[in-house]
Amino acid sequence: MSVRNHRAEAQERTERTEDRPSPDAVLEIDGVTKTFGSDCAVDSLSLSVREGELLTLLGPSGCGKTTALRLIAGLERPDEGTIHVGGERVATAGERAFVPPERRDVGVVFQDFALFPHMTAAENVAFGLADWNADDRERRVAELLEMVGLSAYAENTPEELSGGQQQRIALARSIAPEPEILLLDEPFSNLDVDLRVEMREEVRRILKGAGVTGISVTHDQEEAMSISDRVAVMAEGRIEQVGTPEGVFQHPRSRFVAGFLGHASFLPGYISGDLVETPLGPVGRDRIHGLAAEYDYTRIDVLVRPDDVLARPAEGERADGRVTYRRYLGPTVLYRVELDSGETVEAMHNHSDRLSLDTPVTVELAAAHDLAWFPAEE
Amino acid sequence: MKPITSYLDLRRRQIGADPPSSALAALSALVAVLVVSPMAWLVWQAATVEPARAYELILSSQTALVTANSVALMLAVTALSLLLGVPLAVLTTRTDLPYSRLWTVVAALPLVIPSYIGAIAFVGMFGPGGEVDTLFGATLPRVDGLRGAVFIVTLYTYPYVFLTTRAALLSTDGSLAEAARTLNASRLDAFRRVTLPQIRPGIAAGALLAALYAISDFGTPAFMGANVFTSTIYWEFSGFAVEYAALLALQLVAIVAVVLVIEAGIGRDQDASGGTDRGQPIRLGAWTWPAMGFVSALGVLTLVVPVAIFTGWLVRSVGDPIPSLAFQPEFALNSVYFALLAAFVACAFALPVAYYSGRTNSLASRVIERATYVGFAVPGVVIGLALVFLGTRTLPSLYRQGVWLLVFAYVVRFLPQAVGTVRSSVLQIDDSTLEAARTLDAGPIETFRRVTLPLIMPGVVAGGILVFLTTMKELPMTLMLQPVGTNTLVIAIWEAQNALAYRYAAVPALLLILISGLTMVVMLRQEGYGVT
Repeated sequence: MSVRNHRAEAQERTERTEDRPSPDAVLEIDGVTKTFGSDCAVDSLSLSVREGELLTLLGPSGCGKTTALRLIAGLERPDEGTIHVGGERVATAGERAFVPPERRDVGVVFQDFALFPHMTAAENVAFGLADWNADDRERRVAELLEMVGLSAYAENTPEELSGGQQQRIALARSIAPEPEILLLDEPFSNLDVDLRVEMREEVRRILKGAGVTGISVTHDQEEAMSISDRVAVMAEGRIEQVGTPEGVFQHPRSRFVAGFLGHASFLPGYISGDLVETPLGPVGRDRIHGLAAEYDYTRIDVLVRPDDVLARPAEGERADGRVTYRRYLGPTVLYRVELDSGETVEAMHNHSDRLSLDTPVTVELAAAHDLAWFPAEE
Repeated sequence: MKPITSYLDLRRRQIGADPPSSALAALSALVAVLVVSPMAWLVWQAATVEPARAYELILSSQTALVTANSVALMLAVTALSLLLGVPLAVLTTRTDLPYSRLWTVVAALPLVIPSYIGAIAFVGMFGPGGEVDTLFGATLPRVDGLRGAVFIVTLYTYPYVFLTTRAALLSTDGSLAEAARTLNASRLDAFRRVTLPQIRPGIAAGALLAALYAISDFGTPAFMGANVFTSTIYWEFSGFAVEYAALLALQLVAIVAVVLVIEAGIGRDQDASGGTDRGQPIRLGAWTWPAMGFVSALGVLTLVVPVAIFTGWLVRSVGDPIPSLAFQPEFALNSVYFALLAAFVACAFALPVAYYSGRTNSLASRVIERATYVGFAVPGVVIGLALVFLGTRTLPSLYRQGVWLLVFAYVVRFLPQAVGTVRSSVLQIDDSTLEAARTLDAGPIETFRRVTLPLIMPGVVAGGILVFLTTMKELPMTLMLQPVGTNTLVIAIWEAQNALAYRYAAVPALLLILISGLTMVVMLRQEGYGVT
């Protein structure tokens, strides 16, 4: 137990600035649980989101991330825990103090955009501005349509708009009433692949321009990495880790996080003095991130990602293993190498490198950064 | 009068944090109780009959005859409808029949024309005392009695089988039959072994609707003088044998219940493969002309002959004039007035029920929704009788005095049409659309007003129009509950038939055929008939 704690501490040191609730939090979720029948969708979830940041809940389908979003929006009631938005308590279990969605300062961009089919684009954007006076409303709608670049489409109905245009209108509509928090539920999943990449940049630009705090939900790790200030990786209703995209990717706190964020191989190692013995030969202790003295003479698993590894053809004694699998990805090629010791590692090469199956290779750790590690599994 | 109601649509959603309010549930429950209440009156009335006398009446030879006739009518109509409807459906979907869309409309049109319109035309021309009878004596076969009723009811009922079979054929993938043929099955073999098993639920659903209509129909057996439940109930009621009428009505409801139970046991909602691929159409070749002739002949029999007969009566005056039967525009105005009231009340009743059952999936919502379908199952003559009891026993100030008892009867009978159309438009609204409104600061009531209502309005209007048009054509309930001194189109037809002065039925009958055409237009614009 103490072993795990020390390891966690070491990692926390790097995440300290990202992980702690700060006084300017606009959203504070504390121990929230939501159960549907016997299925626990969200399990004592706690999370704090700072003003103006863009945080992504990332996890496989069924991990409870959409339910978390709906709890924040007020579309579901929590069974346990409390939620604060902008300092105001909006939901507490057991009490009737539940603020319905229309009285929360929270906007939502729905997965299917959910534009009102009987209204024009401008009328959709104006929907949440019913209390504004006519002049202000008109000005605000015009401003938002310009911001999303669709001023020319004000009078079009949703079905006349393309997917990307519908998405922009949905975004403008949700930002119009100036919400404290904007929630985005799998915002890009209904778009074509090309448009998806373009809209990621676009949505980030619009959110930052409007200065709105955003929480999005996705199962696509590339999307989460590319648009977020911080990423919260979820599994089975719990948050596994929160941090910057780089922090979470390079220093995953669990094997699940390591595997979910990208290809991950684990290289067994034995710590002796200043060296860590691995099947690829000794590795300097200083190359392993935050390895405390308590771990001397224990077994660990070092996380290696395909881009950390280089495989070269080699003969006889110098070979570490052989190529057992090859996948051509266009610009790069992914190789799987079975080491003589029985483990497998994956290596990502430039597409101009050619290794045939069964080629004996020598494998080299080519990472320029610290490597993450986990105590060996019993 | 003839809703094909699919209440098997199980897509039901609700906003987790915001179930429909209990006020809405209470309102829906109230509507359900109201429309079920007439049946309670009927049971209560029947229960006041002395047991010994009830026993004697139920076992009387007349009851046995009526039961035998009714079942015979139902079975014969169902069998003949299958023989007409299934081949027509195959003809219009799987062959290279030219103008197949036109033939589809021709074959479907009799659905919306009440069979008594056809009955009075054929009886007036070919029945006892009709024109042909008078001119030639009894040398030609007469159209009357049970056989006449089977003939006429089939002509206006087979479209049920035609349309459900057609819809089933359209939703099955034609390439499956082609796959069978590549496995060396002959065309007939492929139809029998691959297509037929897939469309069987559709055929069965149509057959049961036909059976339901045949046993519920009042006008045709009454005009043909056939002793079945519906006509006998009315005749006993007119002869003040109300106890017997009530007992017969309960027996009729029991038979209908058996039909419905069989219907519920058939899995209907099988969209199977749902392919759009029709496959290679069957080449009719030399059979093209006989096929078109067959459909044309049906169209002539169901549509052209009645219209021609009525038009003939319009231009020729046969027999002594009876001034009291002469057509007055007031008849049409009264019909429109009653139908408008019925349509408005039905929409008002349907809205809470459809919204509640469309947005909630609970035992209560299912029971309430099903309860409002009582009018779909209970024949008009039975609802009429039940409300007569209510009127004469408890609310004499309403009975035949104002319009409200009659309008209530119409609403009970035709509410399923309004609930069906409104509910399907409620189901078409995505959850997230309503949730989006809520997150944009609109409360539940504002969301309903600004988003839900505009989106379901087309469904409400379509439901209202259907109720309006079917109310215009309703015969038995109008006959039993119409306020004294306010005649309508259907009453004018009834009285002309009673006096054997058929020509006075011509104008109101032609007007009703026109209204039937409008019904078809509305139905074609609704989905699910697979015609357009």
